[in-house]
Amino acid sequence: MSTTAIDPVVERVGVITSPLPVAPVPVEDTWQKVKLARHPERPHTHDYISRLFSGYIELHGDRRFGDDQALIGGLACFEGRNVVVMGQQKGKDTRDNIKRNFGMPCAEGYRKALRLFRLGEKFGFPIICFIDTPGAYPGLQSEERGVAQAIAENLLVLAALRVPVIATIIGEGGSGGALAIGLADRVLMLENSIYSVASPEASAAILWHDASLASEAATSMKVAAPQILQMGLIDEVIQEPDGGAHTNPSESAGLLKAALLRNLEELEFETGETNGGIDGLLEKRYWKFRSMGAWQQA
Amino acid sequence: MSSGNLVPKNSPDPAQRFKSEKPFPAQPPKPGLDEEILWHKCPVCKELTFIKHFARNLKVCPHCNTPNRLRWNERLNYLLDPGSFVELNSDLVGADPLQFQTRTESYARKLQDTRRKTGLNDGLVSGYGRVRGQPLAVAVADFTFMGASMGSVFGEKLVRLAEFAIKNRLPLLTISNSGGARMHEGLFSLMQMAKTTAALAKLGQAQLPHIALLVDPCYGGVTASYTMVADVILAEPGALIGFAGPRVIEQTTRQSLPQGFQTAEFLLDHGMLDQVVERKNLPSHLADLLGLLKVKPLTFKQAFDFTPAFQKSFVAPEVGN
Repeated sequence: MSTTAIDPVVERVGVITSPLPVAPVPVEDTWQKVKLARHPERPHTHDYISRLFSGYIELHGDRRFGDDQALIGGLACFEGRNVVVMGQQKGKDTRDNIKRNFGMPCAEGYRKALRLFRLGEKFGFPIICFIDTPGAYPGLQSEERGVAQAIAENLLVLAALRVPVIATIIGEGGSGGALAIGLADRVLMLENSIYSVASPEASAAILWHDASLASEAATSMKVAAPQILQMGLIDEVIQEPDGGAHTNPSESAGLLKAALLRNLEELEFETGETNGGIDGLLEKRYWKFRSMGAWQQA
Repeated sequence: MSSGNLVPKNSPDPAQRFKSEKPFPAQPPKPGLDEEILWHKCPVCKELTFIKHFARNLKVCPHCNTPNRLRWNERLNYLLDPGSFVELNSDLVGADPLQFQTRTESYARKLQDTRRKTGLNDGLVSGYGRVRGQPLAVAVADFTFMGASMGSVFGEKLVRLAEFAIKNRLPLLTISNSGGARMHEGLFSLMQMAKTTAALAKLGQAQLPHIALLVDPCYGGVTASYTMVADVILAEPGALIGFAGPRVIEQTTRQSLPQGFQTAEFLLDHGMLDQVVERKNLPSHLADLLGLLKVKPLTFKQAFDFTPAFQKSFVAPEVGN
């Protein structure tokens, strides 16, 4: 891109973003949300894929090291169009959870996602991501294989990926492990999902060296979907059935499908020839994240 | 006899002495002022070094070669040509978007205290200068400011610097040591990962080099975003670099970690870094690298504007007040 691309930017640089303070919520309410987001019966990525998409073909492996079962994805058909769909997968029971590593991908999981992004870009398929992870896996192997680098590269590629990207947080969105498939044109959240800079336990450990203060950390960091919408960091909160998505998975899937379809149609309209095309979308994506932050001038 | 006895009993912690230092360009301490702090005790080998010898050795322990942590001004003093650094966007200060408040602390107060203690407005100092005559945009993190954690101001300054580098066709050097994302700004901090990396994607599209220097310690969101997508990644010897800290890994996985885990040398072995460079070799090494990663040269006017007399006119449109 030529250097002139920055010119419209400079005018906006002076704008001071200071979002309105977000109203506090009692500790019990926040922790209730966290528990709902982590509910063992809550529909996971595969449940939504099988309910929302037809002809799903799972693709395996990152072509470099292995196949991470904590992040699944593949090709599918969504309302008459081909898409690439992926997401972190938690297990249904203990055995499944061990196989899925509790939804915590290692480096190879993110490199599988990267490969799928590129596949979508090559064939012009929109990317649909479901985020449901406490975070990337903090382990020896993960570090050895460069999980940080894998996340960083995903961010770099997503920032310039020439197809529409929609990410939905369906349960837990924790840390860089969530963001690695969450730099999207539209970021949606289910009503009872949470999105945080680190899992509440990790945040409490970082802040006060005591993971048992997780509920307090979650409350102070304001992790619930409505609060994050208020901060302007996501685009939409999708309603869930009363009592949470697990009480009526098919209704929940229906609500999610409607929201996804609407957003995808909007993005397809925006990327039309007369509306700025894909370059316009990329510029909007850049500005969406470029303007996130709260600071003041001394 | 333990070597610790050589330090006078009333001697304050050597780290304390930085707090009184003036911002860049720092004056060398006047003789007599620092008399009571004569020795540096290496945290690794426990050997004592006369403080002046230690400073002359670029704050690297002469016994075991462990580099000591540096404040931002010391770092730039050692790296850049004298007097060449011009700071940008130093007036950005963190807001408190979440009104972060717990029973024991409030972010607003903590921010205020830290600003007063460190003399900085945030943990990242950005600007431009020269290394052995070659101009570059440079961002340096200062660990004393809340562990140089990445919050909104950190991200914004870095993005503005990347945009400044694109506009003025400068290579970018980022010097990172950070504890990761700033918890007190919640999700705003996480989004800085996306924001900074997206800005560096633009820098890459403009075919400008980004060199990342990782210094001890560098963790979390900073490692997992802009640093790891640099064209060339350098690190100081022994620097601890990783995604999750060793304490978290041990607690979560109950794995015993190998000797030298997450050191710069460990990352070099695993193909995550390009080079481990000693502090004393950094300026010449950077100059060599910049010489090879040639950017399209500045026009005569741009080069002329880069001289100190014209710095003001050079900076003005970008600061965007």
